[in-house]
Formats: sequence, C-alpha cells, structure tokens
Amino acid sequence: MQPICSVEKIIEKDGKKIVVCDDTRSQLFKLLQEAQDKNGYISDKDMQEIADILDIHPVEVYSVVTFYSFFTDKKKGQHIIRISNCMPNEMAGSKEIIKVFEDELKIKLGETTKDGLFTIEMTGCIGMCDQAPAIMVDDKLIGNVDTEKVKKIISGLKQK
Amino acid sequence: MSKRQGPVIFSDIEPYAGLKSAVKMGESKIILDLVAKSNLRGRGGAGFPTGLKWKLVFDTQADKKFVICNADEGEPGTFKDRVLLSEYAKLVFEGMAIAGLAIGANAGFMYLRAEYKSLLPLIEKVLTDMRADGALGKNIMGKEGFDFDVEIRLGAGAYICGEETALIESLEGNRGEPRNRPPFPVNTGFEGYPTTVNNVETFAIIPHILTKGAEWFKDIGTEKSSGAKVISVSGDCENKGVYEIPYGTSLNEILKMTGTSSAKAIQVGGASGVCVPKEDFTRKIAFEDLSTGGSIIVLGEKVNLMDMVENFLEFFKEESCGQCTPCREGIPVFLEAVKSIKDEKCTKEYLQDILSLAETMQCSSKCGLGQSVPNAFVSVIEKFKNEYKLSKKIKEEKVFNG
Repeated sequence: MQPICSVEKIIEKDGKKIVVCDDTRSQLFKLLQEAQDKNGYISDKDMQEIADILDIHPVEVYSVVTFYSFFTDKKKGQHIIRISNCMPNEMAGSKEIIKVFEDELKIKLGETTKDGLFTIEMTGCIGMCDQAPAIMVDDKLIGNVDTEKVKKIISGLKQK
Repeated sequence: MSKRQGPVIFSDIEPYAGLKSAVKMGESKIILDLVAKSNLRGRGGAGFPTGLKWKLVFDTQADKKFVICNADEGEPGTFKDRVLLSEYAKLVFEGMAIAGLAIGANAGFMYLRAEYKSLLPLIEKVLTDMRADGALGKNIMGKEGFDFDVEIRLGAGAYICGEETALIESLEGNRGEPRNRPPFPVNTGFEGYPTTVNNVETFAIIPHILTKGAEWFKDIGTEKSSGAKVISVSGDCENKGVYEIPYGTSLNEILKMTGTSSAKAIQVGGASGVCVPKEDFTRKIAFEDLSTGGSIIVLGEKVNLMDMVENFLEFFKEESCGQCTPCREGIPVFLEAVKSIKDEKCTKEYLQDILSLAETMQCSSKCGLGQSVPNAFVSVIEKFKNEYKLSKKIKEEKVFNG
C-alpha cells in the first residue's frame, strides 16, 4: 500500500525502508499492525521503538494499543479464534460454539492453550450475521459453524 | 458483477458511467446541485443530507481537503458493507472520486474495519484495476487536473470508530474518542482540513444519481426519503441476507420478502435501534418513520427480549470509549436494572428512575453511541409489558451506585 500524501518521508525499521507521510503520527496504526503481524503482539520494546520513530511518548503508543481490541500487548496464541456474540449469533447458538471450543481445546474463553497455538476470545458483531453462528479465525471469516466444523478447523490449524 | 436486483445500487449501470458524467459536468457546482437536488441522505444511520455536507466542505477555504469512506460498520446485525465491498467496490470508489471532484479533494481514505481484513486483497485489486483504467490517479477520465486516489487504512476493532469524529481520530493514529462538535469535520476534519465522511452505501449510490439524474432518484422511495436502502436481514427468518428496498417498505413486506411467516418482534437498527412489536409491523423503513443504518433482526417467539437487551448492553459496556460520564456510568446502571428486572426484583419506582436516566443519557451523552444506548431498553419496557414482571414490593431501598 502506498501512502497518497504529497510529501513522503522514508524511515528505517529493522533494516527495512518504510515510506510514510510527512505527518508521522497518522502512521502509528500501520507500524503497530506491522509489529503485531511479526510477533503476534506488541512488546514494550516495539512500543518504545515506534514512539522513537514517530517522536511521541511511549505512553501515547501504549494508550492506543490498549484502546483497540485487535491490538494486544500480551503474547497470545499463534491463532486467535474470535467467536461473535452479537444478538443474531447468540440466537443461532454462539454460546454452544464457545462451549465446543472450550471442550476441544481444554481452555476457557480468553485463555491460550499450553502449546501456544490457540487463543479463544469473544467479540462483537463481525458482520456475518447472515451466516450465524460465525467466527473469525485470525483474519478469516467463517460462517455456519457447528461442532463438526469446529473440529475440522482445529485439526486443520494444528497440521499447519 | 453480481446478479442482485434492486432499485438503486443493485440496478444496472455501465462501468464508470458516473465518473464520465461527472467529468462531462465539469464544474463542482453542477455536481453539488445535482446531489443536493436528489435529496440523498447519508446511509450510515444519521441521515445527514449528502449534498449539504459536500457543499459545506466545498465552501470552506483550505489548501487540502479529504474524502473519507466509512467502512467500519459494526452495528450488530449489519453486513451490507461486507457485501457491497465484495461485489460493488468499484462503484464505491467511483463515488469517492466523484466526491473528490465535487469538493476539490485529491486524496481519499477508506477506513476498513479490522474484521473485514480478509477483503483487503480483493479491494486492493479493484483499486489497481481502476488506476490502470484511468479512473483513479492523475487526470482521471482524461480531465486535466482531476487527480484523486484512495488509500485503505485498517481499523483495529473498535465499534466507536464508526462515529465520524472518532474515525478521524483513529485515522490520525489516536484513540478512537469522539471529538466535541462543533467544529464539524466539514470545517476541521482529518489533520484539521475540511473532510467529508460518508458511508460505503452513500458512495455507491452517487454514480447512479450522476448517470440517471435527480428526478429518477426522487421517484424511488417516499416524499421525504428519496431512494432505496440496503438492509441486512438476520435472526429468525428463512432467507437471511442483503436486500435493497425502496424507502417506505413496511416491516410486513420485508418479512414476506424473506419468506418469514411469523415473528414476535423486529429489532430495527441493531443494538442502538428500537424493538418493534408485531402490531406495529405496518411501520415503514424511512427517515420519517423507522430510520436505520440497515440492521433488521427478526425475533421469533422463543427469543427472550430481556436477554436481548442484556446482550446489547454488554456490547455497549465493552465498546463505550469511556470518555463522557453519562455513557460510561450509565451503561452499568442499565445492566443492573435489566438483571433486577429478570430477577423480578425491580420496583415501579426504580424503573421510573431508570427511565429518567435514559432521558439523561439521550440528551447529555457526547456522541451517538451513548445517546442510543437506552433505545432498545426503553422500547422493550414500553411496548412489551408482558415480557417482564415488576416486583410487587411498593418500595425497595435501592440507590444508584453508578
């Protein structure tokens, strides 16, 4: 993705050149997303580095990280499974789906498996109410989930 | 293109027809007049007249202006933007480029919700194709000086960022906390420059209006609500999905369209909307009657409405940005009230207090989120008296701890 602003500035991070706009603060999301994609979470070191690049205080970076539910400063599982619990999903049985995941992975909602592979979380509407119950596995949206599908998803991800 | 059928967005249109007519019209004023004349109102939910919004941006003097597409639909029960972006992305970007020409902006952003990250490759490809076709980039459609391009920015999972000033804050790399208004984004928006923020659906309508005219658009819908609305139907119904209906369509007709024979109630407008009982199914989707961003949740006989209200309040508790007091402190009080109603411990007096708190929240919260938190609760309390039981006690020692 190329930024579209008129004045461009090139910064270096991890030996990689990144093109950003003249206004660097608005690049914060991009840098946070890159850091999270790399390690699965945003570490204190990342936050300090990003703060240095953008010339803002690390606390500001921390306040943004903790505001948004898709940013995390704690290490989570390699795969994050988010189960939508909005009304149409609850009507379609999202609670049972959560239970199936909990039983299959032997963890509770919000926890990570011991092997560090999976984290399960509850989330608001993911825009898949027409295919409820729906879940989000990492970036992928999956609808019409049932017990069979849950087992398939888990074994599929384990093999990766 | 998909084979969906509908009066406006889902009707036939040649690729880039809207851009071509915009370029032919040439001047900003002519485009602004046409959009204003069509009575197009924002499709995100608030229903602000699009023509007026654009004119306000146009009239503000600045060396830079921005067009922002709000693709952060998060209202429980909506998924129309997912469908529009998967199947009609070109139309949306065409609308954004036309907005750019009309208000004099060269840059646009699409704020895409993190949940739709999987659509990114598809949308990026549409942008690449459009650049190759000369529909984005420099000298669009051969018009000298008509430069416009779009950058996609991903959100990070915050419902509040659908509110336009919170969205702008988020784009700037801040916490998604709504700003005080005024100043409005049309004067002081992204980076302090005049900015128009419009919904995905609004942009997708624009090329149709430019090609087919304001009169054609006004002929669809009702006198006060021109055009059609894309709705997302979910819940206890046969054919869930996205439909485009002319304004003025009743809830009964929607049920028929989706092949649903019976329903106890319909939640119109998602968590921030109202619950409509069976006897009011003759009410119509329109700005003057039931105004909505498009979420229609059909509720069957088995649904417990107090559970539903609790689900919505739990959602709001999670998503409130916590900035203003009525919203931050009000939501937990509502949750407590719902729990006491479910336990049949709520007295008449306590309910009166809660309803007056609802009024306070509706008029004193800073943004639309806090203002609409009480909607579902109040509508269920008022319209579904046999769904809950109050405590028989005359008075209970109950004080707000919010």
